[in-house]
Amino acid sequence: MKDDNKKMEAFREEVFAWMKENKPSDPGFLLPQTFMEVGTEEQLDFLRKWQRKVYDAGYLGLAWPKEFGGHGLSPIYQQIADQEMALHRVPILFNVIGLGWAGPLILKNGTEDEKKKYLKGILNGDDIWCQGFSEPDHGSDLGNAQTTAVRDGDTYVINGTKIWTTFGNYSRYMILLARTNPEAKRKYDGLSFFLAPMDVPGVTANPIQKITGEYGFTETFFDNARIPTSCLMGEEGQGWTIAMQTLMFERSAEGGQASSYFMERVTMDDLIKSARTMTRDGRPLLEDPIVRDNLVQFLIEEKALALGVGRADIPALCSDYPLSLPLSGKLRATEFFRRMRQYAICLQGAKGGLYVGDDDAIEGGFWQRAYFNSFSATIGGGTSQIQANIIGEHVLGLPKG
Amino acid sequence: MLREMNIELSFDKEQAMIIKSAREFCGKKSPIASVREMVETDDGFETDSWDEMADLGWMGAAIPEEFGGFELGMGSVVPIAESMGRFMLSTPFFSTTLAGQAILRAGTLDQKKTWLPKIADGTIGTLALLDNADWGSDAIGCTATEKGGKLILNGVKWYVADAGVSEFFILSVNYKSAPALVIVNRGQLSGDAFKRHILIDETKRAFKMDFSGVAVEKSELLDPEASPAALRDLKLIGALLTAAEATGSAAAALDIIIDYLKNRMQFGKLIGSYQGLKHPTVEVLNQMEAARSHIYHAATIVGDQPLDVDMEIACRMAKAQATEALLFAGDRAVQFHGGMGFTYECDAQLYIRRAQWAQQQFGDAYHHRKRLAPLLLD
Ligand SMILES: Cc1cc2nc3c(=O)[nH]c(=O)nc-3n(C[C@H](O)[C@H](O)[C@H](O)COP(=O)(O)OP(=O)(O)OC[C@H]3O[C@@H](n4cnc5c(N)ncnc54)[C@H](O)[C@@H]3O)c2cc1C
Repeated sequence: MKDDNKKMEAFREEVFAWMKENKPSDPGFLLPQTFMEVGTEEQLDFLRKWQRKVYDAGYLGLAWPKEFGGHGLSPIYQQIADQEMALHRVPILFNVIGLGWAGPLILKNGTEDEKKKYLKGILNGDDIWCQGFSEPDHGSDLGNAQTTAVRDGDTYVINGTKIWTTFGNYSRYMILLARTNPEAKRKYDGLSFFLAPMDVPGVTANPIQKITGEYGFTETFFDNARIPTSCLMGEEGQGWTIAMQTLMFERSAEGGQASSYFMERVTMDDLIKSARTMTRDGRPLLEDPIVRDNLVQFLIEEKALALGVGRADIPALCSDYPLSLPLSGKLRATEFFRRMRQYAICLQGAKGGLYVGDDDAIEGGFWQRAYFNSFSATIGGGTSQIQANIIGEHVLGLPKG
Repeated sequence: MLREMNIELSFDKEQAMIIKSAREFCGKKSPIASVREMVETDDGFETDSWDEMADLGWMGAAIPEEFGGFELGMGSVVPIAESMGRFMLSTPFFSTTLAGQAILRAGTLDQKKTWLPKIADGTIGTLALLDNADWGSDAIGCTATEKGGKLILNGVKWYVADAGVSEFFILSVNYKSAPALVIVNRGQLSGDAFKRHILIDETKRAFKMDFSGVAVEKSELLDPEASPAALRDLKLIGALLTAAEATGSAAAALDIIIDYLKNRMQFGKLIGSYQGLKHPTVEVLNQMEAARSHIYHAATIVGDQPLDVDMEIACRMAKAQATEALLFAGDRAVQFHGGMGFTYECDAQLYIRRAQWAQQQFGDAYHHRKRLAPLLLD
């Protein structure tokens, strides 16, 4: 135990020093705070090089098996590396759908061949992954997805439209949910799950302009696109189960990610620092009793979130509703981030009305952009309302609607 | 420079056993039917249960071994308090634990040797801190003046919990223009000194007490050096214990909400399938869970030493969060029971009443947030 602790501390110091030494200088363009914000080639190129560098240094995939490009260590080591990255505010690890969802899924459910074929490229950033779940007419009601996959010899022929596909135009692979059996009694049973190549004829990904004005996710069309039958994960009809497993990783309800440094940490510290420069009614803003009370409320909430992460690891402190902390983490954290960023703009007075690009905008419009982008997490990965349904039904045992 | 957030949270086997036995004990002793029976009694609890709790070592949990306790600290007291809240088991556990804390933190060696072993054995004591209805005022109206080698007390105290059954009282007084703590034995008080408050939470007992004219020996003064800090810390620990109890009660309110939502039908459907009820119920859960995280964190870091800033932050945050959680849970428990929720018979009333009481004890959420602001923002 003591030895372990020493090793960990030594490792932490090593990562600390490396991050300090290797943190990239300002590239001169806006760096994304989350992977869903990547919108330009130069951003992508920059983040790809950065992920490669972190991987080569040995700070990514620490808990994944050695044979697939990892380091075979305890997950604690990745946590340490992630904490140090957050502390130094280095650029995020961008290949999230691979590192965070598809990767752990393949590790848990995949065949030896799939592990060999995909995992290394996820870690070193060579292969970008995207997720083809949502469709224009079926988002929250994902089980009703209508994109079809029809078997024809040793290929599946894919037809249909996916939408809101983050990295759709940059990806080599997609985790794809498609219907192999339209006749299935339950809509869920007709679905299958594919690890699909994107560089086949018949796939088109058109970027969509986002609320922030930037381009990001795509609408992704499949027009008689043929993919090898070997792309099917598991068996036909298991798509829904595998998709739900994927969402457990996506919502951080289950561990196994190559890293979890997918988001730059914006904390109450940042908001308070920002607020210190502001005035209201001719006085320092932080003297205003109502503002003070609001900020303290946010701080209490922020601390509860941080404490909940540690508490989830102590079963004796999670009696009554043992699934509550893991299943509610996404809802509580993303809603907190959204409200806190919204409040940040409210504090700015007249400058709250300025946006990215205006020289007078506070911190270059950071909070305005951050507020808009915060919806990516309250909508993506299952909306907050859907999360509330899940918690109500699966944690509290309330009847389905 | 902003403070680094302290998020320590740890837990050992002994505490796990205490949680388990506290839940079992409180669950067994305090089904709702008996909570309602206790409401009708003078003292609000059963002596037999109290004796059993003493045998289990609960009153000695936070008392050092050298004074006859188990030296388990707040890490164990907090989960016991939570379990009591969970099953609405009202006993003088809170008053007695706090009286013990007063003596532990500010008592002379003689006082510790006299009182702490008795407390661990189940002797009931209580604090008398509040001079009027304002938790936020630090001014102490009660006075102690020297006369003929004794201290003559003067003044009234509010909300003296469990005074009806207490063997001793620890009073905050103004003595030589400084805050001091003094022990008063029950035998020194006449019946006129006690006036029972009619509390909004009928499971609780508290009194307005007139100490005017009571004469005590000077040896009953707690250590004047340690008293001001102890007084401040007692209010923080009182807030923490109230928070722990409130968190348990919020979980209990959630239970009855869920139970009703799973059984009551309207428009041919179980009402729990309506999101108008389901989603706020999830919010009750999340608020309760946030309170739990805060109370366990405070329980982890608060020790026998004077409270440092991190501990003060932890106690205040715990109280602010738990108060809000229970207010919301009790309020929704009434609403979600419809007409039934408006009745005395419906258990929702127990929780909405507990919520109003717990909110005020040792300061409401705003009181604590106001005191957190300078610690966190300046
Ligand atoms: C930035 C961003 C990135 C994304 N990236 C991807 C990606 O890479 N791959 C991918 O597949 N998808 C992605 N998504 C899509 C996302 O998963 C869906 O947008 C989401 O699941 C909601 O589906 P929808 O957009 O069809 O909204 P709808 O399902 O139509 O929802 C509309 C509104 O109705 C509410 N609602 C719907 N059903 C219920 C219900 N049963 N109870 C209560 N309220 C309900 C919703 O909460 C929402 O407020 C992304 C989304 C965003 C915003």
